[in-house]
Amino acid sequence: RGPRHFNLELLPDAPPGVPKEGTDLLRLYHRFRALDRNKKGYLSRVDLQQIGALAVNPLGERIIDSFFPDGNLRVDFPGFVRVLAHFRPVDDDDSGMRDPKQPEPLNSRMNKLRFVFQLYDLDRDGKISRHEMLQVLRLMVGVQVTEEQLESITDRTVQEADEDGDGAVSFLEFTKSLEKMDIEQKMSIRILK
Amino acid sequence: MEGAELAGKILSTWLTLVLGLILLPSAFGVSLGISEIYMKILVKTLEWATIRIEKGVPKESGLKSSASVGIIQRDESPMEKGLSGLRGRDFELSDAFYFSKKGLEAIVEDEVTQRFSSEELVSWNLLTRTNMNFQYISVRLTAVWVLGVLVRYCVLLPLRVTLAFIGISLLVIGTTLVGQLPDSSLKNWLSELVHLTCCRICVRALSGTIHYHNKQYRPQKGGICVANHTSPIDVLILTTDGCYAMVGQVHGGLMGIIQRAMVKACPHVWFERSEMKDRHLVTKRLKEHIADKKKLPILIFPEGTCINNTSVMMFKKGSFEIGGTIHPVAIKYNPQFGDAFWNSSKYNMVSYLLRMMTSWAIVCDVWYMPPMTREEGEDAVQFANRVKSAIAVQGGLTELPWDGGLKRAKVKDTFKEEQQKNYSKMLVGNGSL
Repeated sequence: RGPRHFNLELLPDAPPGVPKEGTDLLRLYHRFRALDRNKKGYLSRVDLQQIGALAVNPLGERIIDSFFPDGNLRVDFPGFVRVLAHFRPVDDDDSGMRDPKQPEPLNSRMNKLRFVFQLYDLDRDGKISRHEMLQVLRLMVGVQVTEEQLESITDRTVQEADEDGDGAVSFLEFTKSLEKMDIEQKMSIRILK
Repeated sequence: MEGAELAGKILSTWLTLVLGLILLPSAFGVSLGISEIYMKILVKTLEWATIRIEKGVPKESGLKSSASVGIIQRDESPMEKGLSGLRGRDFELSDAFYFSKKGLEAIVEDEVTQRFSSEELVSWNLLTRTNMNFQYISVRLTAVWVLGVLVRYCVLLPLRVTLAFIGISLLVIGTTLVGQLPDSSLKNWLSELVHLTCCRICVRALSGTIHYHNKQYRPQKGGICVANHTSPIDVLILTTDGCYAMVGQVHGGLMGIIQRAMVKACPHVWFERSEMKDRHLVTKRLKEHIADKKKLPILIFPEGTCINNTSVMMFKKGSFEIGGTIHPVAIKYNPQFGDAFWNSSKYNMVSYLLRMMTSWAIVCDVWYMPPMTREEGEDAVQFANRVKSAIAVQGGLTELPWDGGLKRAKVKDTFKEEQQKNYSKMLVGNGSL
């Protein structure tokens, strides 16, 4: 076989907010292939767990979970890009020309918030219960903090955010408590040209 | 039978040519210049190919940077700043943002994973295996590529396999014969001759072109030679220019036969698998070896595994606890002619050797460096890092603090605990609870 003709349009059916083509996408494609060590054509949890910098991240396992929703064991390139698309900087979009009838692009503020909300909300019931909050906190602090201290932090946080008094933080309450935060800057990864 | 006669004649002519043009000159350390001519032709061809590719590729679709340049904009500020900054602050729901961003950044690009796969070339070198995203350019280029395939597989490969076979057989037979002699300086001289000749033959078997720099710093007897590791061929490259005592595990099969033969002629240090786990035993035997000033310098690769020759990873401190003088050596391969990196998870030894023998050539630079010893008040880890930096600087490689063992194993939990500790200090250390 001779030199291949490389097709740059890798994701013809991409949802809004995900680039269909371009050098950014090409870079991500090379990265996907580099991570896919046995050239299977998809990534498994192990492929992501072997990234050292991700394995030492306290929320590493949760982040990996977001690539494998609904009990999937494999993620293909479109799925890979779909998750990463949440972190595209907002100004990259042609947001002025967006058709309001189309679903929101994946890198909108709402969707970025939803991504993090789902790191907390393990059972996907739309609420972060006190128990789920405790679990995430425990991941972030390891064994460095006692149970009592952790519980008091959890209680305080839930209380502050909980408006309807149901003892859990819904997505709306979550977004409200973060309305002043500059999400775009904190949750964006800019690829250098 | 005519057919058998003809085949016999061809075989004997072939062997005579090989003997006369390659084997004899190797024994005397002389070069006939054939490989130099080959390399000149090769370089000209690759230059021509590069120019044609650059003319042919439209500007927008080319990737300008190579894999070693970062592709995302990083904010390397410490955890406190990243977590919306005031010291003495409480947990916020938004803290998860910081960790998720860092996590996703690692997924897009991390400095370690890329070191365990072959380096990406800036321009194609007419080998299918490095053809990542280079587009079809012209008929002429494809024709040259086809010619290249023919030359590599039909001319070079049989030649190289013959040479390798001869080289290894000579090594085993030679060292066994020399091993029969009683210990004397004659035995040592003969053993060196056998080792050097066979290594030179094996290097020719790979069309190796090696440039040695600073030969005055070549490792001396009673010292320890330390180098960065890219492939098993590193051993071959170093032993072509000097004799070393090797350290390693006893293997089975062909490797085992070679090891057992070699140790008859010259005291290499081979360990059983069970002995390798006992670090004190290993250290003790190595100490004994270097204490004897008549014994050859020990060759050790402190990274412990093969890295892809763009960086130097953590040097394990074991080799630096033995004492003695360390002679660092930097080895840098030129990937344009053939990728020497052994990705042991992708290829086993045999397919790796076949890939080596069907590349254009193995071209590398070896820099001998001034000897280093442990200073007062420096512990083994610091000394190891100092040597590592020196090798990285000399070879033009980046330096990484990560352990090469990450290739196979998951990272230790202790590193995660450090991150957790930092975060907890922010939450609890302010006493706001």
